[in-house]
Amino acid sequence: MSVLEAALPGPSPPPEQHAPPPDSRLVSSGRIRGMGTFLVALAAVMTFAFGLGVPSSDRATFILTAPPAVNVAPLTMSVRWVSIVLAVLCAAAGLWLVFRREQRASYLVFGAGFTLFLWSFLTWVARGAQLNFVQMLATTLISTTPLVFGSLSGIMCERSGVINIAIEGQFLAGAFLGAMIGSVTGDLWLGVLAGAVAGGLFGWLLAFLTLRYGIDQIIAGVVIVAFCTGLTTFLTEQVLTPDQATLNSPQTFAAIGIPLLDKIPIVGPVLFDQNVFVYLAAVLLVVVHVGLFRTRWGLRVRAVGEHPHAAETVGVHVISVRYRNVILGGAIAGIGGASFTIGSVGQFSPQMTAGLGYVALAAMIFGRWRPFGALGAALLFGFCVSLQSFLAVLNVGIPSPFLAMAPYVITIAVVSGLVGRVRPPAADGAPYRRE
Amino acid sequence: MPDQPGARNPAAPAPASSDATSDATSDAAPPRPRRPWPAPLRRLVEANVAVVTFLSVFSALLLGGVLIIVTTPAVLHALANIVSSPGRALGVAGSTVGDAYSAMFTGAIFSPSSLGHAISTGHGWTATLTPISESLVSATPLILAGIGVAIGFSTGVFNIGAQGQLIAGALAALYAGFAVRLPIGIHLPIVVLAGAAGGAIAGWIPGYLKARTGAHEVITTIMLNYVMLNLLNYFLTTRPFQQPGQSNAISKTMPSTARLPHLFGSGLRVNAGLVIALVLVAAAWWFTRRSTLGFSFRVIGLNPRAGKTAGIDARRVTVLVLTISGALAGLAGMASLAGTDYFLSSGYGGNIGFNAITVALLGRNRPVGVLLAALLFGALEVGGRNMQAVTNIPIDLTSVIQALIVLFVATPVLVREIYRLRGTGDGSIQLSTSGWGG
Repeated sequence: MSVLEAALPGPSPPPEQHAPPPDSRLVSSGRIRGMGTFLVALAAVMTFAFGLGVPSSDRATFILTAPPAVNVAPLTMSVRWVSIVLAVLCAAAGLWLVFRREQRASYLVFGAGFTLFLWSFLTWVARGAQLNFVQMLATTLISTTPLVFGSLSGIMCERSGVINIAIEGQFLAGAFLGAMIGSVTGDLWLGVLAGAVAGGLFGWLLAFLTLRYGIDQIIAGVVIVAFCTGLTTFLTEQVLTPDQATLNSPQTFAAIGIPLLDKIPIVGPVLFDQNVFVYLAAVLLVVVHVGLFRTRWGLRVRAVGEHPHAAETVGVHVISVRYRNVILGGAIAGIGGASFTIGSVGQFSPQMTAGLGYVALAAMIFGRWRPFGALGAALLFGFCVSLQSFLAVLNVGIPSPFLAMAPYVITIAVVSGLVGRVRPPAADGAPYRRE
Repeated sequence: MPDQPGARNPAAPAPASSDATSDATSDAAPPRPRRPWPAPLRRLVEANVAVVTFLSVFSALLLGGVLIIVTTPAVLHALANIVSSPGRALGVAGSTVGDAYSAMFTGAIFSPSSLGHAISTGHGWTATLTPISESLVSATPLILAGIGVAIGFSTGVFNIGAQGQLIAGALAALYAGFAVRLPIGIHLPIVVLAGAAGGAIAGWIPGYLKARTGAHEVITTIMLNYVMLNLLNYFLTTRPFQQPGQSNAISKTMPSTARLPHLFGSGLRVNAGLVIALVLVAAAWWFTRRSTLGFSFRVIGLNPRAGKTAGIDARRVTVLVLTISGALAGLAGMASLAGTDYFLSSGYGGNIGFNAITVALLGRNRPVGVLLAALLFGALEVGGRNMQAVTNIPIDLTSVIQALIVLFVATPVLVREIYRLRGTGDGSIQLSTSGWGG
């Protein structure tokens, strides 16, 4: 061991040795060709399975209205012909990708093509039945919300150079304390605050362990998740369960309609008749984006995450920037955790976050450490979750375990197929040492 | 805890490649001139591996005690009257915590009264030895999966997917168990190999994805855990895995030829799985310390660039490490299935996969360390069950204690500061941080 250690330099090479990375938005042309081929394959599936595979008499009905909005007539479509038309469009998008290989619009075109596939899939699923499309989108947004909080938390931490694997734990802590305080005081806003405090506390613990003692950030994160899982489960059994009525029965935030806007067909009920957490996530999304990319604070944070030594040279205190960001990030995740309890089911149950903290992390990576990129990824996962619950009701003949694993499989596919080798902030995960 | 054979000699100077923490604190606390203590005494106040580990366990149990005190209404009630009757308040607090931990001890190791009875009468040995047998049973899968995770960690690969790999191994072993009828001498090895193969496949997937596309294994292995949990649910409700005539999610049972034999008679559940685990501890020690492949694993873990320069194919190593790691986790699933449970149900494996991570960290990624850590965690698990039965304190306290132990072990400098140990050896966990890009 000692011979080996003496012969080799330290395990983590200092960040300044890295070559300047290429622009993270560039996509290799091979990958674009792959995406195009994938779309063409989807078009084939649409043509044969969803189009020619069903009787021409099959109709699918999408209900396009939900309570506060103005009434819109339902949309009834012939499954076969809609699928074939959509397949042609999807194939066109795929071929465009294969032959043009434009850098800039590639993800947009791929997204559009994939949306066509989903549309066709939904008509196929809803053949001979009705599907409330608006409600499905609203559910998507609700399932997306905690993921947005989680990935914003990840962005806050990682842009300053600290990997936050502990989002799952901060979710649980926020969900637990949010439910308990919301239940005891009867004041839901105090519950949100409590969630933020709980998440921030574990953010602080992560910062304390990694910044002060330089322990491996992934290990610190994993240990914090284990600790939060154990602690919330223990406290649920020991404290909440004996007095469920007082301690674990908070009210939940009701949906708040924004006057006039919520009357808009389709968009209204989806975007403007949601609970506080959805609006809060939207506000935070903009705040974090503008903060990171348009303010002096953001410039400093990014400098610390990319090249801490350079930042220190111009007078930025690296350690305190990181402390602040990791604690704030933890608090954001804690609010996201509170949305699991006082934002939806109104009760804490052990391990209720079911790995979504990690899915949020994947969304952050897929979104390339950018708030709106992460939103896009989170919407994809949110849609999967929503789709899964609707498919379970429609009884399409896909066994429910497969529906339940869909969001996780898509996460793997996305992380390995679409993202490829991503470029995180250069100093992400590297402990900082003054020279 | 005994000193580990693989532990670094505390008197030796810290190696050049040691982490930042040891440098930082040696600046902060300059050695005071003192008459040197005799060596054995000095070792007790130094921050070496054994002392830090012991103090970590001690601190975690202490904090666990505090947690019991602040969450038990009877204790809080007594503490509210601490001014009027301080003796009673402290007595209630002490006895609550004491009862919990003594129930944990008697459940996990032995009960003194039962031992006395057994010695004096010569009967009841089975009952006396049951706790320790249960602890060994509980430790067996942790040893196997823990070694797997540790091999990954020391190569710079974070395999968080032991849970999913364990389920894959158990499913494969179960299939090998009920699908064929063979004499035990042939059947059992097939079941064991099937378990390893199932886990290896589940470990190969994230390895291949990482080598091929750069998908980070932390994300993919965690996601595969959830995929495998759902896949298990699917298999448990369909032929050929589901128990015929059952509507619940219960699998068929292992035939007697596919079960790991008990080591000390049918009264004690400790079985041949433990032997497999111990053999693999030795094999892992030989592999990491003596074999060429193990050496290249370690080089990649310590310094990927040096490894690449020396001609080691880092991608191949990544795939191999995750496959081996998965195979060991699969064996863990097989050992629980063929050793004690004999059938699968929803959520099989519980926390074993995640505890394997903490066991690997606590054992500092060395095979013998993992063995000792797994024995400790197995004992805590079994003791926790008894504690819940006797004192009604939820078993989840053990997960809190386990996480705290690892938290302290992972931060030896913190332990050194709290207990004002002398800083020489640091006993920290050697790992390579590669972040997301690697």
